[in-house]
Amino acid sequence: MFTAKDYKSDQYVRWCPGCGDHAIISSLQKAMAEIGIPPHQIAVISGIGCSSRIPYYLSPYGFHTIHGRGAAVATGVKVAHPELCVWQATGDGDCLAIGGNHFIHSVRRNVDLNVLLFNNQIYGLTKGQYSPTSAKGFVTKSSPFGTVERPFVPAELVFGAGGTFFARALDVDLETSKKIMIEAVKHKGTSILEFLVNCVIFNNGAHGWIASKEDRADRLIVLEDGKPMIFGKERNKGLVLDGWNLKVVTIGENGVREEDILIHDAKTVDYTLHQKLATMQGPDMPIAMGVIRAVPCESYDEAVQNQMEEVQSKSKIKSFDDLLNSLEHIEI
Amino acid sequence: MENKAEQKVLTDVVIRFCGDSGDGMQLTGTLFSNLSAILGNEIATFPDYPAEIRAPQGTIGGVSGFQVHVGTSIYTPGDEADVLVAMNPAALKVNAHVLKPLGVLIFDADSFDAKGLEKAGFLTDNPFAELKLSESIQLVPVPLSELTHASLKDSDMDNKSILRCKNMFALGLICWLFNRPLEQAVHFLGNKFGKKPDLLQANVKVVTDGFNYGHNLHLNVSTFTVGKSENLSKGTYTIISGNKATAWGLIAASQKSGRNLFLGSYPITPATDILHELAARKDMGVKAIQAEDEIAGICMALGASFAGDLAATSTSGPGISLKSEAIGLAVMAELPLVVIDVMRGGPSTGLPTKTEQTDLLQALYGRNGESPLVVMAASSPDDCFHYAFMAAKIALENMTPVILLTDAFIGNGSSLWKLPKLADLPAIHPNIAPDSLKGQFRASTRDEKTKVRYWAFPGMEGFMHRNGGLEKDYVRAGISTDGENHARMIATRAEKIAQIANVLPDMEIEGDESADLLVVGWGSTHGHLLNAVNTLNAEGKKTALLHFNYICPLPKNAHSLLRKYKKVVVCELNNGQFATFLRSQLPDVPFVQFNKMEGQPFKVSEIVEYLETL
Repeated sequence: MFTAKDYKSDQYVRWCPGCGDHAIISSLQKAMAEIGIPPHQIAVISGIGCSSRIPYYLSPYGFHTIHGRGAAVATGVKVAHPELCVWQATGDGDCLAIGGNHFIHSVRRNVDLNVLLFNNQIYGLTKGQYSPTSAKGFVTKSSPFGTVERPFVPAELVFGAGGTFFARALDVDLETSKKIMIEAVKHKGTSILEFLVNCVIFNNGAHGWIASKEDRADRLIVLEDGKPMIFGKERNKGLVLDGWNLKVVTIGENGVREEDILIHDAKTVDYTLHQKLATMQGPDMPIAMGVIRAVPCESYDEAVQNQMEEVQSKSKIKSFDDLLNSLEHIEI
Repeated sequence: MENKAEQKVLTDVVIRFCGDSGDGMQLTGTLFSNLSAILGNEIATFPDYPAEIRAPQGTIGGVSGFQVHVGTSIYTPGDEADVLVAMNPAALKVNAHVLKPLGVLIFDADSFDAKGLEKAGFLTDNPFAELKLSESIQLVPVPLSELTHASLKDSDMDNKSILRCKNMFALGLICWLFNRPLEQAVHFLGNKFGKKPDLLQANVKVVTDGFNYGHNLHLNVSTFTVGKSENLSKGTYTIISGNKATAWGLIAASQKSGRNLFLGSYPITPATDILHELAARKDMGVKAIQAEDEIAGICMALGASFAGDLAATSTSGPGISLKSEAIGLAVMAELPLVVIDVMRGGPSTGLPTKTEQTDLLQALYGRNGESPLVVMAASSPDDCFHYAFMAAKIALENMTPVILLTDAFIGNGSSLWKLPKLADLPAIHPNIAPDSLKGQFRASTRDEKTKVRYWAFPGMEGFMHRNGGLEKDYVRAGISTDGENHARMIATRAEKIAQIANVLPDMEIEGDESADLLVVGWGSTHGHLLNAVNTLNAEGKKTALLHFNYICPLPKNAHSLLRKYKKVVVCELNNGQFATFLRSQLPDVPFVQFNKMEGQPFKVSEIVEYLETL
């Protein structure tokens, strides 16, 4: 059996004190220990950015690659060797700006990767520029008068690209973080885990609305497949459908009973409701956490392997000599 | 011309088939090449096709050509054609200049009507005069469309499908002209159309009628007999294109090294056939992935290399530009990777279907930072197999990216290839970390003598490590920004590449070693340069040839050979890139340049003409 310590490397962790990344690596090491895959059968691939330094701080095989391309490198690792457990670490800039193309295509293919998307809505390593997830109007060094562009919502990209798994957690919520990591490894396909991360230096309080533990109970809902969508300090708030939209109701008020509350179905192929859940925003709605979508589907690496085995079982060509013999021969 | 059934016996002959890109010229040319090889001829082929898939019919923009050179001592597809087959006036207009003064022009008389001539931009009804064709050219008008119609009048094919068979009538005619037995042609057609019996029957009928037309009727030309080549050693051969040979070289290397083959690639002319070939080889366990872009192609390959596979990516010029950053990562991470660049005319999109040697300096230097790697080049369609194999061997044994340069000319061209035996190919020993390093392995652990890093990959217990694009500490492999360490690492990576020269074969001079004049070339120009040098020596002008396949590092005896001659001329299809590189290595040698940048290979005659002036 493994402990979290087995997944730590000997490297000194160089993230800023107070950075949300510290919490996530701690959740990850615990999750890895609980999953129990030995470190030598794990590969952690990253791009460039603060979060992409994570492979150096973990004991498994790690590859810190180039900006935006982690998804493509990780795809190569997993397709070449499907027996490995492959993690990809990326940030909002690495994943959604320079790496946007690889991101949507790895999701579309459904390669069996576990993707840790550290979303702090800022470029930290280059010292504070707006990112593709920064809110419109955000003032940074590269947007001194506020940005004039609209942000991406990562979940919407995932659903639009045909994604099969999307989950979300707040960096400091260790329990939910660990839980969704474990679920991601169980899922065969590209599992996107969006972590709402605080950058204490350049974007402190980005997720301030849900930062304190007290606020969280009323402002977050942690979804679980097959369970009613109930939240709140008193566990008396819930989500129902009101026409085309979701609405917060209070159990016991206006004749609302617990049976009226929606039951979460992460496995349904239709992502309409998943998208509504993933795009909920305060102050009227709680922010959705946990596994929002987990649809069983053949993974790309499995499909490649299966097709290869099928072709091999039918082909007469078993060796290089057979291959040469399959050519048009000219005897001289 | 007199109507005589004269027989000409030749040592070699060049035929060019040309027509619309939909006329099936590539197929016709390929079939004729196969027939010639079966009869013991050496062959070299050169497809010359437009970037447009189907430009408007009958216009010069859509002309596709296929040239084949058959006979003895065939090193190139030939400068000029003995026989030109033109399916329409546009094809004649584009290709007339390649026809020899005493050559034969066979053309589809049906398409040389007023409309056809106008589409091709002729101003009068005499295209031959307009093109100033020599009067000694034998014109052979054949109503190909009409005759093909007549041949298939009893079939239930529609008009369009019937016309599509007229290339087979031309092929039949050419088979008669060159005394090629039809049975073999029928055999090859069987391989091509075996799954479509109706189509096979139609094609066989038309090719037979074309042959008989020449044999029985009116043809007013001498036939040719091309003698068997005495140069070919006994054995089993096939005809192979450079791109296919490249793909198969990688497969052979995978078999020899015991590492699975992984290709990450993105479609790009003229390199895509490598992806096609490897995608079809699932039976050999090849994983060939069509990525979302060029960058993903190489990054997936690098991921597979990190995970322990023989990894490759294939592309052409614009793709190499896109892959630069990832090649730099392969240099820094010291991972094996084969990068194949089938060069085409550039810069930018350039001339996608035409040939050039203009990516050499980019291959050598086109990355940020000090990033040495191995650069090599193949020189003929068949030796693409050998050099792809060697590229993989060098990459796996030396933990480095290797750029293999081929080009549109040899990538799409084909030649005879003597089938190798896997057992006869050199062994490949990937530099995998030995068990003795278990528990103490780091990303920088290397063989201190060769400077080659050891390879350990996920799945190996006790070898976990973190690799990446940041500079590593030489000893501990952790991230390091220390200046002295950085200098040491740069020197180490450079020394590793330089030491590869120790395992490269010595170079040999071709032609007359005692000459004062040395011709230098690299890559796909070998055939043309050798022909030119042989011609000059036969004329009494002593000339030597030194042709490079390994460029970085240079073979160990290259420097002394280059210094041996009074005059050294570097001939290449660019503006002097190899000459520039050689000047940096041998500043004391006054290199002279001969360059061509017309999207076409050299002509032997223009090299000879130039060298005669020296």
